[in-house]
Amino acid sequence: MTSFHPHLLDRRLRWARAIVWGAVAVLVIAFFRAQILEHSKYELQSETNRLRPIPLPAPRGIITDRNGKLLADNVPGYTVSLLPGNEDSLRATLTRIAPLVKLDAAGIERVLARARRAPYLPVTVLPGARFEVVSMLEERRLIFPGLLIQPEPKRAYPDSAMIAHLVGYVGEVTEAERGQRRYAGIRLGGLVGKDGLERAYDDSLRGADGVRFVEVSALGHVVREATRSSTLLPVPGRPLHTTIDLDLQRYVAEIFPAGHRGAVLAMNPNTGEILALYSAPGYDPNAFVGGVDPDYWRRLNASEAHPLFDRTIQARYPPGSTWKLAIAAMALRRGLVTLRTRMPIPCRGGLQYGNRYFHCWSPQGHGSLTLTEAIAQSCDVYFYQLGLKIGLTSLLEDANSWGFRSRTGIDLPGEITPEFPPGTEYYDRYYGPRRWTAAVTLNLAIGQGENAQTLVNMVRFYQMLASDGRARPPYLVHPSSASGVSLNLASDQLAALRQAMISVVEQGTARGAARFGGAIAIAGKTGTAQNPHGPDHGWFIGFAPAEKPEIVVGAIVEFAREGPYVAPLVTRVIGRYLGVDTTVASNVRIVLPADTAPHAIQLLPGVPSEDSLEIPDTVRVDSVRPDTGHAAPPPRNR
Amino acid sequence: MRPPLREIDKPLVGVVVALAAYGLATLYSAGQTDASTFVTTLWHKQLVWLAIGAVAAVLMFRVSPRLLEWATPYAYTVGVVVLLFTLVLGRGAASVATERSWLSIAGLRLGEPSELAKLAVILMLARWLAARREAPVTLRELVAPGALVAVPFLLVALQPDLGSALVFISILFAMLFWAGTKPQLLLLLGSPVIGLVLAFSTVAWGLWIVVLVGLLVWWRPYVWEGFSVMLANVVMGVIAVPFWRRLAPYQQNRLLAFLNPQEDPRATGWHVIQSKIAIGSGGLLGHGFTHGPQKRLAFLPAQFTDFIFAVVGEELGFVGVLVALALFAALLLILLRIARRATDAYSSLCVFGVTGLVFTHIVENVGMTVNVLPITGIPLPFFSYGGSFLLVCSVAVGIALRVAWESRQSGYAVL
Repeated sequence: MTSFHPHLLDRRLRWARAIVWGAVAVLVIAFFRAQILEHSKYELQSETNRLRPIPLPAPRGIITDRNGKLLADNVPGYTVSLLPGNEDSLRATLTRIAPLVKLDAAGIERVLARARRAPYLPVTVLPGARFEVVSMLEERRLIFPGLLIQPEPKRAYPDSAMIAHLVGYVGEVTEAERGQRRYAGIRLGGLVGKDGLERAYDDSLRGADGVRFVEVSALGHVVREATRSSTLLPVPGRPLHTTIDLDLQRYVAEIFPAGHRGAVLAMNPNTGEILALYSAPGYDPNAFVGGVDPDYWRRLNASEAHPLFDRTIQARYPPGSTWKLAIAAMALRRGLVTLRTRMPIPCRGGLQYGNRYFHCWSPQGHGSLTLTEAIAQSCDVYFYQLGLKIGLTSLLEDANSWGFRSRTGIDLPGEITPEFPPGTEYYDRYYGPRRWTAAVTLNLAIGQGENAQTLVNMVRFYQMLASDGRARPPYLVHPSSASGVSLNLASDQLAALRQAMISVVEQGTARGAARFGGAIAIAGKTGTAQNPHGPDHGWFIGFAPAEKPEIVVGAIVEFAREGPYVAPLVTRVIGRYLGVDTTVASNVRIVLPADTAPHAIQLLPGVPSEDSLEIPDTVRVDSVRPDTGHAAPPPRNR
Repeated sequence: MRPPLREIDKPLVGVVVALAAYGLATLYSAGQTDASTFVTTLWHKQLVWLAIGAVAAVLMFRVSPRLLEWATPYAYTVGVVVLLFTLVLGRGAASVATERSWLSIAGLRLGEPSELAKLAVILMLARWLAARREAPVTLRELVAPGALVAVPFLLVALQPDLGSALVFISILFAMLFWAGTKPQLLLLLGSPVIGLVLAFSTVAWGLWIVVLVGLLVWWRPYVWEGFSVMLANVVMGVIAVPFWRRLAPYQQNRLLAFLNPQEDPRATGWHVIQSKIAIGSGGLLGHGFTHGPQKRLAFLPAQFTDFIFAVVGEELGFVGVLVALALFAALLLILLRIARRATDAYSSLCVFGVTGLVFTHIVENVGMTVNVLPITGIPLPFFSYGGSFLLVCSVAVGIALRVAWESRQSGYAVL
């Protein structure tokens, strides 16, 4: 029987058909599974395969002064980036692109490191590219797969160094910052405020980045824009209206003695609005846009003058004689004296206390003075006695309750806490129990000793004097909640103190800084801060009009030797603000007596020398601003 | 007697024309990418090949099976010689430069001889098997057909093109089956391959040996047969690992990628993943003809040859796939019907061999695009671009048409 008998063939045919049907069934099931059951999964994979998200950076909100003049603006700029791809192709493209964007080998590695951190986002190669570079790259676009050039608003500060410490600057968000909740939503390479208002109000200035999708080919070339509907437009940052008076700010920057270090702070005493905030030397915040040049960054950090440092809120100075108003206010509040009270011992150039002789700044002596006269003459001997009359415990108590140991809460980042003893136990701890005497009171009474204040804190105290005695937290945009701090002085006592300060300007230590043709009365107080490292620092804090103050201005100039030299600066600022002819003031010859408070005295034998006596020198660069990220240069933005 | 064209088997012609049209349209779409490549105009060439194929099919329709049977040994000899030449002079295909599967003379690429050799092997096996009056019942009787297949198999495997080589094995088994060989015998013949695959797990291999011993005891072949089968399995188990090391890296990767495509998606698994993404994203109705994004953006590799079926899946969806599979199934069933009604054993075996060839290509090619089977570079009949295989398919169809006409002449009624 042949094997090709029809009956046998039919049997095999059935088998063969079964195999065909079986195979087709398996394939149909496989396709059904992939195309119907798992369709959405593969649809998504297909999208992620070919769609690349491209962040649309939100323009930061503009910052304006109180009259709407621009402090920080956005100008058109371009960002050059590469679409994500595998590392080898990125490296190849970067190597080719490097000469055009001036990227060295280390720069390429930095870009690749960024690409590894966010493998699905375009990696920024050159932020803030100039137009020439962009057009050069555009011409060669075909040979650079995945090249992405997009307009990105660029921050610009028209007034540059004049407002540097006020507005701060922006920079790329760091890895550490991205770990914080506040910056959680920011993409890698996004910009955040690093200092000043930019940092303080980053949340509202920043806006929200949008995203668009482009379709790419398997080789990484952008083929086309994906459909419009999937684009999420960026939400621009909200504009920030500040209390700053830009004209005044500029004026301050102009008249601040060139080459000197110091700070000026102007404030409305009735509201706490900051009108001008200037710290010298400044820096160019524009230089930080798009990544700071490492050389510039090194220069800023290496400079003796520490330009990044905001001397209005980040430097502590011994308040010197400006402190005497605080002592006077304490004595008045406690009812110990009136403005006409004289001290038992008249000034003969010094005061014997215990086994020590405490000098007055004036070796000839001031004779017997009333409180008003003592304020005007800044007589140390009077205030030694007044301090002893108040007593150390009460003095510390009042100073603490008036906020000389706390931050003002100004809405700028990095404000440091003033130094002041919290109570007598401080001395116990410092010198040991019963190893110190009430002589510390004498130093404290004239603004020396264990007392170092920030400019903003001293201005806030004078604001209380200049207003109804209640503290108004200084602010640039939003006041912090009221502290409830008050001098608790009657209005006539405040008026009397102001009158005494007018006499400072008219006859006293700041004589000649004076009135502008008698138009307004400026009240103020000089101060000289001991500086063991060089010439003393000069203070002046004043307000005007004395009867109903509208502005309080504090200034400190490092190494100015004495406060009186600072007074004209302040009075000119006040004059400018109140619309008084300052040309006259600038012509006034400034004749001022020396106002040097005595050097801090070694109080007890065997106690550490004065240098270690917590006499704060000007700026403690190493101890301040740990939270602003200045310790290390920000990663260069590429 | 010359067969008139009007007595041609119309269902077969209809299905083949439909498949050729579908395939040409898909190839046209495969060329519609965002960045134009040489693929864009490839369908013109395929159209020419289709015309050549049509002429070839008509010519084969005119050739009597007797003449074909007479010419078979010569065709086989030519096929083997050409394969030898290819091995010595061959060029790699575009993607795998170390592969010598193309024959070119004076820079002119003449095609892939392995495709033509498949046809030659089918004819030769048909002739040998038809010449015997009874089906093979012992392993010894399988040595000769085995050798007939082994020669081209080895020559192709050495190119190295294991995927195409395995098609010869599939043809051998199909034709032995159709010749009436008992399934037990086929299983014993194939058992060394199973042993080879299972050798990668000692436990599985041990179990397989136990099962094999049981089968041998049950089926009671000749002692020496049982002994050689056991020996072959043990040897396979031993040489499996060295054999694995001998495989070219791309062959290893293809097998590994089949097992786990996600392992290294950019390298070995890329093809499968991209293909599956394209098919899966197609859904029920697809992205629309020529609009498949994966294909357009060049994510889909070899979209005009090996992975052309993924274009169908992506653009025409599950419905398009069903239509294609239905056409393929119809083709296979028609061929089976012709093989069944053939007037003589040689014709019947020829047509069944062709059926096995087409079946293998369809299942393997379509199966790999959805990761049901490992990737091998064998083309999809009537879809993949390539003249050699299209010509082979056309000639095969021509033979089947002639066989169908012969049986119709001898009294089989047309359904």
